[in-house]
Amino acid sequence: MENRPLEYDYTVAKWFMLSTIVLGIVGMLVGVILAWEMAFPAVNTIAGSGLAEYTNFSRLRPLHTDAVIFGFTLSGIFSTWYYIGQRVLKVSMAESKFLMFLGKLHFALYLLVVVAVVGSLLLGITTSKEYAEFEWPIDIAVVVVWVTWGMGIFGLIGIRREKSLYISIWYYIATFLGIAMLYLFNNMEIPTYFASGGIGAWYHSVSMYSGTNDALVQWWYGHNAVAFGFTVPIVAMIYYFLPKESGQAVYSYKLSLLAFWGLMFVYLWAGGHHLLFSTVPDWMQTMGSVFSVVLILPSWGSAINMLLTMKGEWQQVAASPLIKFMVLASTFYMFSTLEGPIQAIKSVNALAHFTDWIVGHVHDGTLGWVGFMIMAALFHMAPRIFKREIYSKSLMGTQFWIQTLGVVLYFTSMWIAGITQGMMWRAHDEFGNLAYSFIDTVAVLHPYFTIRAVGGTLYLVGMFLFAYNMYKTMTSSRRVEESELQNASPMGA
Amino acid sequence: MDIATFQAYGYFFFTAFMVAVLYGYIYHLYSAEKKGTRDYEKYGNIALHDDITDQPIEEISKTDEIKK
Repeated sequence: MENRPLEYDYTVAKWFMLSTIVLGIVGMLVGVILAWEMAFPAVNTIAGSGLAEYTNFSRLRPLHTDAVIFGFTLSGIFSTWYYIGQRVLKVSMAESKFLMFLGKLHFALYLLVVVAVVGSLLLGITTSKEYAEFEWPIDIAVVVVWVTWGMGIFGLIGIRREKSLYISIWYYIATFLGIAMLYLFNNMEIPTYFASGGIGAWYHSVSMYSGTNDALVQWWYGHNAVAFGFTVPIVAMIYYFLPKESGQAVYSYKLSLLAFWGLMFVYLWAGGHHLLFSTVPDWMQTMGSVFSVVLILPSWGSAINMLLTMKGEWQQVAASPLIKFMVLASTFYMFSTLEGPIQAIKSVNALAHFTDWIVGHVHDGTLGWVGFMIMAALFHMAPRIFKREIYSKSLMGTQFWIQTLGVVLYFTSMWIAGITQGMMWRAHDEFGNLAYSFIDTVAVLHPYFTIRAVGGTLYLVGMFLFAYNMYKTMTSSRRVEESELQNASPMGA
Repeated sequence: MDIATFQAYGYFFFTAFMVAVLYGYIYHLYSAEKKGTRDYEKYGNIALHDDITDQPIEEISKTDEIKK
């Protein structure tokens, strides 16, 4: 038996890295198509009227949201877990055949679910619950994937050498537990075929909740999917990758612990802000508003901690595009976690609800914070996984500026569109008659919808540059020695 | 006292309790460090010294293994 020194095994991290890139391109491409459809309705039938069923807005919309949430983001979360988990616990997956098997099984099952999701959504098979569109057979498969991941997490923790769990591990555990709880409760559903004794399609189901209760559970889930999918695991990433890439330990470890518990306690109560001025009890709406505003504190606790980690090292932001991505990500995190609470204030919400401002808010968070952080994480991991330098620094810089411009165009156009919409919907004459019809707003919003589509297209172009840079890094970049991989990632010109 | 009033009191005191727990946690973090019981900031180095050959910041000791 050969006696090789122990090394971290990045096989599963590498596989999920590939699925992050592929599903990111798919999800964002569909998003861009949707944006052009909104601006120019003729795009709905761009592939001919025969295929209009598959290309229209309503059929593609869940494919976009689910591909970027459960495809791009979740793959990024898994990939970084299989990388960070080993490193901060100081244990290699190669040390346990069982954990290695679980990791590979996790990826294989995940791919099967992706195929089932894409297929069923394209065919129009959906529960019609936002971000929870999958029918019951897929839900069961999702639970199996999740449990497999969980066994991997706790298995690795069980054989660790480092006694203390680094703060990122806390966040990954919270992601696992949070999503498990949310997903199970929101997807409680009754398969109609079996409950009715053979009526309808076998895969169809109805929610176990009804009316207002259904809405409450749905938005408790929906908002916390943002919490435990778009916030908690992304914070886990930045707490590892920013210190590692910059060579600076996190500014205040105590603040990271405090912000963690703050976030855990406050986030779960904020979902009611999605149901302001609805049939939900008034005290619950107020609670949703209040907790949303309080949420600024733990969110900014993490974000400020990250920016202070760069204290005295700001020259790195100018020098390294990778640090640029992460600093801009944490800035966008601060920005969207201030914007969200403002929108959750009842009087602001009266204007903002159902308008494009909400869409703008989601996208400055997801494109600016989630997207930038996941791409930065992949850029940092690639030289360590493939033992090659990042192919092109200048291409990274170009990608950064193109995508930043894309995000700015996206959220500014949606701000203007959203507030214009809100003002026009509520405008009335002295007798209380509405001043505008719906189509009046559509005509006014058209330029902003076009600007949004341009912004989204720019972000997608950046995504292609990212994929090309990663591909070249994997295949033909200069090989590097272990000694070059300590902190700042090696990059070619 | 009707149920709504009871809920309101319960909600208020629960929130006050949670705030006390949070401030208690802050006090605990700083006082433990001051007394020298635990240096939280050293855990930040776990991310920086994370090669498989690096010495763990706090190793799982033999005594921990036995306790298990």
